[in-house]
Amino acid sequence: MTLGENFPAKTPEGPIEDKWTSYKNKIDLVNPANKRLIDIIVVGTGLAGASAAASLAELGYNVKAFCFQDSPRRAHSIAAQGGINASKNYMGDGDSDYRLFYDTVKGGDYRAREENVYRLAEVSGNIIDQCVAQGVPFARDYGGLLDNRSFGGVLVSRTFYAKGQTGQQLLLGAYSAMNRQIARGKIKMYNRHEMMDLVLVEGKARGIIAKNLITGDLERHSAHAVVIASGGYGNVFYLSTNAMGSNVSAAWKIHKKGAWFANPCFTQIHPTCIPVSGDHQSKLTLMSESLRNDGRIWVPAKEEDAKAIRSGKLKPTEIAESDRDYFLERRYPAFGNLVPRDVASRAAKERCDAGFGVNATGEAVYLDFASAMTRYGKEKALVTHQDASNEALVLELGKEIIATKYGNLFQMYEKIVDQNPYETPMMIYPAVHYTMGGVWVDYDLMTTIPGCYAIGEANFSEHGANRLGASALMQGLADGYFVLPYTIGNYLAKDIRTGTIPVDTPEFAAAEKSVQKQLELFINNKGSKPVDYFHKKLGKVMWDKVGMSRNGRDLKNAVKDIQAIRDEFYKEVKVPGDLNGFNEELAKAGRVADFLELGELFAKDALNREESCGGHFREEYQTPEGEAKRDKAFQYVAAWEHSGAPKDAKLHKEMLDYKYIEVKERSYK
Amino acid sequence: MNLKLKIWRQKNSTAKGKIVDYEVNEISSDMSFLEMLDVLNADLTEKGKEPVSFDHDCREGICGSCSLQINGRPHGPDGAITTCQLHMRKFKDGDSIVIEPFRAKAFPIVKDLIIDRSAFDRVQHAGAFVSVNTSGNTQDANATPINKVDADYAFDAASCIGCGACVAACKNASAMLFVSAKVSQYALLPQGQVEREKRVTDMVSQMDEEGFGACTNTGACEIECPKGISITNIARMNREFIGSNLK
Ligand SMILES: Cc1cc2nc3c(=O)[nH]c(=O)nc-3n(C[C@H](O)[C@H](O)[C@H](O)COP(=O)(O)OP(=O)(O)OC[C@H]3O[C@@H](n4cnc5c(N)ncnc54)[C@H](O)[C@@H]3O)c2cc1C
Ligand code: SF4
Ligand code: FES
Repeated sequence: MTLGENFPAKTPEGPIEDKWTSYKNKIDLVNPANKRLIDIIVVGTGLAGASAAASLAELGYNVKAFCFQDSPRRAHSIAAQGGINASKNYMGDGDSDYRLFYDTVKGGDYRAREENVYRLAEVSGNIIDQCVAQGVPFARDYGGLLDNRSFGGVLVSRTFYAKGQTGQQLLLGAYSAMNRQIARGKIKMYNRHEMMDLVLVEGKARGIIAKNLITGDLERHSAHAVVIASGGYGNVFYLSTNAMGSNVSAAWKIHKKGAWFANPCFTQIHPTCIPVSGDHQSKLTLMSESLRNDGRIWVPAKEEDAKAIRSGKLKPTEIAESDRDYFLERRYPAFGNLVPRDVASRAAKERCDAGFGVNATGEAVYLDFASAMTRYGKEKALVTHQDASNEALVLELGKEIIATKYGNLFQMYEKIVDQNPYETPMMIYPAVHYTMGGVWVDYDLMTTIPGCYAIGEANFSEHGANRLGASALMQGLADGYFVLPYTIGNYLAKDIRTGTIPVDTPEFAAAEKSVQKQLELFINNKGSKPVDYFHKKLGKVMWDKVGMSRNGRDLKNAVKDIQAIRDEFYKEVKVPGDLNGFNEELAKAGRVADFLELGELFAKDALNREESCGGHFREEYQTPEGEAKRDKAFQYVAAWEHSGAPKDAKLHKEMLDYKYIEVKERSYK
Repeated sequence: MNLKLKIWRQKNSTAKGKIVDYEVNEISSDMSFLEMLDVLNADLTEKGKEPVSFDHDCREGICGSCSLQINGRPHGPDGAITTCQLHMRKFKDGDSIVIEPFRAKAFPIVKDLIIDRSAFDRVQHAGAFVSVNTSGNTQDANATPINKVDADYAFDAASCIGCGACVAACKNASAMLFVSAKVSQYALLPQGQVEREKRVTDMVSQMDEEGFGACTNTGACEIECPKGISITNIARMNREFIGSNLK
């Protein structure tokens, strides 16, 4: 197999419901004794990486896992709040694999590969079974059965959750599965190690150069296959809900070695985040989408009220019901507050741009729980035979119920904003949250580099141009537990006689040398500005010109701006400390250098896509009502091949053909 | 506001450390504590000095990375939060703040305010799992109903973020709260039953081997735990431990 030969993806024959089963029946297997002769590197221990590492080790492969935090348990997945989808139909509300598949493809605005999405829906139920078997404490009802909640963009309740800490519980489950394999010696864990480059031998991925972040030493690690599970690149915007260390570097390094990068411009801007409070801000905090189950989003209907609120003369609770504009309920009566994220975010921006925003900055809308508290309080009063006409009592009871559902989120909000959300509505504004784009992969989750795989948020698959809530956790665990462990065997079956890959070869030496050179360049640079200065500058260009709505003129300017920031970065960046020992600024410099290249490709991709779809909104392409206008001509995955610099990247199109779903206008009215 | 900072600086695990004085000015009360340190670090970098190293990642109280001893208290003066959730509105102009790493024999210092908590990981390797393979044909998730009360308690115990504040708060540097939280989670769930006795024995023995101290029931851990992990978990673990060793 040669580089790029697997493009466009070939998927198994047969009806969509049977493809995955028939694939599994036909692929090559590696026998258990031979698995012991095969090494696999997994970069990243979030949900995708941890589940993959554990499952591959259970199968008998020798796994080496890497993460930059001090423990696999701290990967960014830990922060996921709201839940994980599965088509269990426990609620009996008509859910099925097909419906989950359909919702996901439609939610992604028809820009995802049908076969992959169907497989995802098909294994979703297994994920819940597996996690429960591991001891993941999901929320339960009084009958002892698993509880579900609803998320945006769907009409069923299929989201499993563990309070507002679902990601934490799922990751700790996967971490426990890893721990079992670490104890058996089947996983060797490299904490505080950063992958610096991929090593190719005869065109195949055969290892990585990693940096020990404590000593600063560069290390060579070899394997028969390399799995990238390094998460998303939302931090290209500087401010996002991602963890501070989340980065694109592992994905970008393999891109530069031949892995094509797909749909970089598909980014999710999440509607319910705590608004920016000032220039010092280092990151943004999400308020889980689950809050939209009970919170109603509004702004004042009168501009003068909005002004009075901004200047502190009026309180939101003083505005009469009839003077409030519940704009999502108004524009999208069928889905109301539970429209998909891209739709909700744009609607909030539209109101704020029109002058109805609240908060001192004018960039916020309200998320209000008052009516939910009354509704729940009344119900509780009735059930417990108390006076349901006593307003104070009803409110008290309602508050208790809201607290059991969202207590930790309310507490988090209060700590950050210093306002009590039980008394006054929350203020929220959209923020960068997730990247649907990523490394292109085929049906096996292999990149265009033979033997190099990408899973979880790091790859581009399943979510098209917009991801539905609670589907990232599902995809990460599907990839790691149930897909990759099968598909990788299909490739490794040919490697059983290869033997250990030596690291004292020219390929490893060359890769190590180029990494060393870049690190020295940073340390020896005579600049005067810290890394963050450039990261912030890049983030501002991305948000202003490549953010929630985009247009050709701004995008062209963004490309130029980013190139200029990149040039300035290499001249002016100052990295203190030295090459040896722990040096966070040095690690950050490497990551920002990669963001500065990715950012340009991102803008270039957005410029190329002359349509609006999902999270990608081009002002030139909208319906008279201001909704996204898709274009059949762009019904493809844009996969970019690196060729020297981002400006020279070559576009490959994977045309998307919908056989099982009728491509319709995506309406949530 | 303007503040005086007294920060522990230590080049690496073998070097000798000391408290160094710094000043930061024009700090907004809306900033988080770590953002205040970002301001200090940007200033140090521009002056050609080495910034202060500290662990952090999520900055929203869930990853368990951040670990500062602020004015003698793990995660600082506010209750039920991590360092990254601490806001500067808890301080006032002119305050002097002492910032040190979490201190415990089992948590050696890596650099400045960064500690090595791999002992926690090793305790988990010893038994914090259910031995179930990924197969796709485990029984249906709803096949075994679990009493909501037990499930909720299991969740509460499982919400530990592995930060180590309990160890830093304890005069004996005991890890009992951390270990008991994990033991409790599994002890409360049907899935944890098969390996129940072996788990507690193995985890406790690894805990001792790592050099954590004994528990003398002072309760300091519970007070400083950002996730409100209850000390009743320690009582449960003690029962589990005695139970498994009587057999
Ligand atoms: C606040 C928040 C809430 C969310 N809530 C939900 C939700 O409720 N439901 C849902 O479905 N999704 C949610 N998401 C999205 C979801 O959490 C992520 O998409 C998902 O967890 C990504 O998992 P991952 O395994 O792909 O990567 P991550 O969890 O990001 O893990 C990346 C791993 O890669 C490692 N790594 C990265 N680069 C390198 C390198 N160069 N060398 C070595 N290691 C490296 C890191 O150490 C880490 O271990 C949420 C996201 C955020 C930000
Ligand atoms: S028990 Fe509490 S203090 Fe101890 S590690 Fe867990 S969360 Fe931190
Ligand atoms: S940085 Fe994650 S808990 Fe503080």
